[in-house]
Amino acid sequence: MTAVPVSKIELKPTRRRVETLQILGLIGPTALYLLLFFVFPLLIVFVYSFLKRGVYGQLVWEFNVLNYVRVFDTLYLSILWRSFVLALLNTLVCLVLAYPFAYYIARVENARTRNLLLVLIMVPFWTNFLIRTYAWRVILANDGPINLILLNTGLISQPLQLIFTNFAVVVGLVYGYLPFMVLPLYAAIERIDFSLMEAASDLYANGWQAFRKVLFPLSMPGVIAGSILVFIPSLGAFVTPDLLGGAKTVMIGNLIQGQFLTSRDWPFGSAFSVLLMLMVLGATLIYFRKGGRTL
Amino acid sequence: MSSVTTSLAPAAKVESATALPRRAISLTERLLQVNLWLVFIFFYAPIAVLIIFSFNSGRVVSQWEGFSLAWYAKLFSNRDIGLALYNSMVVAGVSTVISTIMGTLVALGMERFDFRGKLSMDSMLYLPIIIPDIAMAVMLLLFFVQAGQLLARIGFGFSLGLGTIILAHVAFNISYVAVVVRARLADFDKSLEEAARDLYANEWNTFRYVTLPLIMPGILGGALLAFTISLDDFVVTFFTSGPGSTTLPLRIYSMVKTGITPEINALSTLMLLASMVLVLGSLALQRK
Amino acid sequence: MSKTQSLVVMLILALLVSACGAAPAAPADAPATAGESTGGDAAASGRCGDPSKLSESVSFYNWTDYLDPEVLNMFTAECGVKVVYDTYSSNEDLLAKMQAGATGYDLIIPSDYMVSIMIQLDMLKELDHANIPNLANIYPRFAEAPYDPGNVYTAPYQWGTTGIGYNEAEVGGIPDSWDYIFNPEVAQKFAGKMSLLNDQREVIGAALKYLGHSMNSVDPDELEAAKQTILAIKPYVATFDSDSFGDLLVSGDVIIGHGWSGGYFQDIYASDNENLGYVIPKEGGVIWTDNLAIPKTAPNPYTAEVLINYILDADIAAMITNFNYYASPVETAEPLILDEIKQDSGIYPSEETLAKMEFLRDLGEGTLLWDRIWTEIKSE
Repeated sequence: MTAVPVSKIELKPTRRRVETLQILGLIGPTALYLLLFFVFPLLIVFVYSFLKRGVYGQLVWEFNVLNYVRVFDTLYLSILWRSFVLALLNTLVCLVLAYPFAYYIARVENARTRNLLLVLIMVPFWTNFLIRTYAWRVILANDGPINLILLNTGLISQPLQLIFTNFAVVVGLVYGYLPFMVLPLYAAIERIDFSLMEAASDLYANGWQAFRKVLFPLSMPGVIAGSILVFIPSLGAFVTPDLLGGAKTVMIGNLIQGQFLTSRDWPFGSAFSVLLMLMVLGATLIYFRKGGRTL
Repeated sequence: MSSVTTSLAPAAKVESATALPRRAISLTERLLQVNLWLVFIFFYAPIAVLIIFSFNSGRVVSQWEGFSLAWYAKLFSNRDIGLALYNSMVVAGVSTVISTIMGTLVALGMERFDFRGKLSMDSMLYLPIIIPDIAMAVMLLLFFVQAGQLLARIGFGFSLGLGTIILAHVAFNISYVAVVVRARLADFDKSLEEAARDLYANEWNTFRYVTLPLIMPGILGGALLAFTISLDDFVVTFFTSGPGSTTLPLRIYSMVKTGITPEINALSTLMLLASMVLVLGSLALQRK
Repeated sequence: MSKTQSLVVMLILALLVSACGAAPAAPADAPATAGESTGGDAAASGRCGDPSKLSESVSFYNWTDYLDPEVLNMFTAECGVKVVYDTYSSNEDLLAKMQAGATGYDLIIPSDYMVSIMIQLDMLKELDHANIPNLANIYPRFAEAPYDPGNVYTAPYQWGTTGIGYNEAEVGGIPDSWDYIFNPEVAQKFAGKMSLLNDQREVIGAALKYLGHSMNSVDPDELEAAKQTILAIKPYVATFDSDSFGDLLVSGDVIIGHGWSGGYFQDIYASDNENLGYVIPKEGGVIWTDNLAIPKTAPNPYTAEVLINYILDADIAAMITNFNYYASPVETAEPLILDEIKQDSGIYPSEETLAKMEFLRDLGEGTLLWDRIWTEIKSE
């Protein structure tokens, strides 16, 4: 870690200019692109969040901050909390399943086989989302394969209610987001020199400690990237909870989408989006920096 | 922490391997293997169900009524769904290529250099992942419509279609690619690049022969992620599409009025088959 | 890959065919498919309006499979106009897109309540009745519908109802009353085997109807009572589902459900299970129409009007109903509609039942109250 700043100080003045050009070349295109096709449109949402809804859902240009006040309603905050807990749970389960999986693939000797395994993870997700979710409904149904196996082996005498429960929601979410955890974890673990692990095993004489003190810290960038890619999108997820959980609760995603569609209250939907984005962005940046520092 | 392990590295490489007791490895190893298989079963269990139901004679995707190839026959006579598949492939393919290149470059820049405005750039890179789909979709539609009208006045008018969908997909896919590639680049060992430079390799050759191969797994992972997200996106695609640019998800979500039929299972099965053939085929070609 | 390529080739061919003009190409393939519907070619001259005013193509924005694709092929063959068919998945999606200013669509199919919103927002073009003589074919009920009296902006496309889908053997009778769903003592028997639509207008509306109020009420007390009614039976609800309620009934995951007529009928007719059925509750329920309308921004309004007229033709309207099991508003189409559809009281209810049905209307400011109540119901 300490080696990086040192090499920066040693830079000669001529390399400085080269460096500026490099930064411009690497970052410039994306910066311009996102300014034009993301930040600029985002201003629209920002402006809308201060407007009012007309009787028929049209925009009324009366500036006010009431939309932001409305967000802090216990009803909405409890929905936000529920989505947060679910996303966190999903992230943890994904991490536990994906880590050993990514580790195993990363250690496969043949690079071609590694790439093949990586693609095989993604192929199921090239089918349509709705169809995959319906397939889960078949699997979890009262007369579905899981219940059939459990009944036939005599483990249970009554079919378990799996579908339209919280369990089904978690299964569906983990299924949908697991690859988002596997890919960055794999990318981070694959570059680790595994002889370090073996050396550590020798030193600590305990595989768990070797994992905790060597492998896990070294793979931290992957853990962070993976949890960001799983946590954030699953915070807004609502189609899976609706289809597998029975839509008996509201998620933050339903709430915001509903403001833009069913209620046609774009200003409130915009305000909600802006606040949510600020909160999550703040948390992400802190998480990322903290994670970065522990390395 | 990391400084300790780094200093261990050279010594470890030589000594380890043989010193470890075989049994300890094989237990962990076995657990890892079990996990591997369980995760793969988890990934493919719904796919198996999906494939089985593509041969259902019934109309419903969750009740087996008998074997039939009727849905495949229907699929092949359906011109519209072919067009939707084509549109989806164009959107996912083009947006993946563009966002992978830009995302990789920006990841290199962000991990390599410190500069003023880095925090803003960081925020700008995360926001497309954070923003609720619907907000991004509506704002991009408003933006494209306004821009189209403005440009039309100076004679460069465009209309909503595959082009605008691709622009929108690139806007969120850059971020996904960048996050994955950065996970690969963090704490990147620069000594290899420096060694290459010391050997008088120029910047391009250093990048081409040293850096790129090292970060390739990250790029591949990012590209796969981008392609997958793009192929399955509904909300942003719906709002940025125009006449004649309906993609597969738009078509399928819109089947709610009449019910989703095993025709979509048949299509998904064929797509799976095609991707498997492509993957294994390219693998076989590489082997030669 | 080769499949998409061949599709591209097919598309190019289709384009060429339509570009060559309808006259030489049409007779070759049109009659073969139109045979059963009393031959389209005789009427061809009258069904295409003024050919010189037609555009090369027309963009039709609709639901997937909501129209027999053959109809569009016939239209292209007869009139030489290519139809670009795109899809959306809900009225709300359509409105949001139109509100942001999406241009390029010539013909859309909003439902009744959405029509009134779009009229208020000044989004729809007035129809030129001179170009749509077939408007004379429709039932008077739809010519004087509350959301668009006199068909100033829209022409009805198809219509249906919201009611109860059931498995007679499991339920133990035909659930012909909202009691089966909203009376806790009755609903209790179907605990975990009952589905409701995931749609605030439909669910709260049905509860209001059960309580004897209007489905369009914005009275806070009545809405509160509806909320309590729904909360009382919520523990017995397996799922709120607007997309696959028919599937759930056929697969046996639910035995009684609240849903749209067409969705149930398509699945019920396709299934071998004799016990499945759909009934309109005796207290009445929602009647809805989907309507052909032309956005103000449409690039080809004349061609869109010709296509509306084409769809309202008796032959074509019957073809569409025989294809998707939704009732047709075209009176002259009745003799051509399959008997099993015509005689099904779930699709074509009696006059007596129809008198008790209500159209959903836009609630204006009341939308926010409904949304709040719905969120509360879901969060409880």
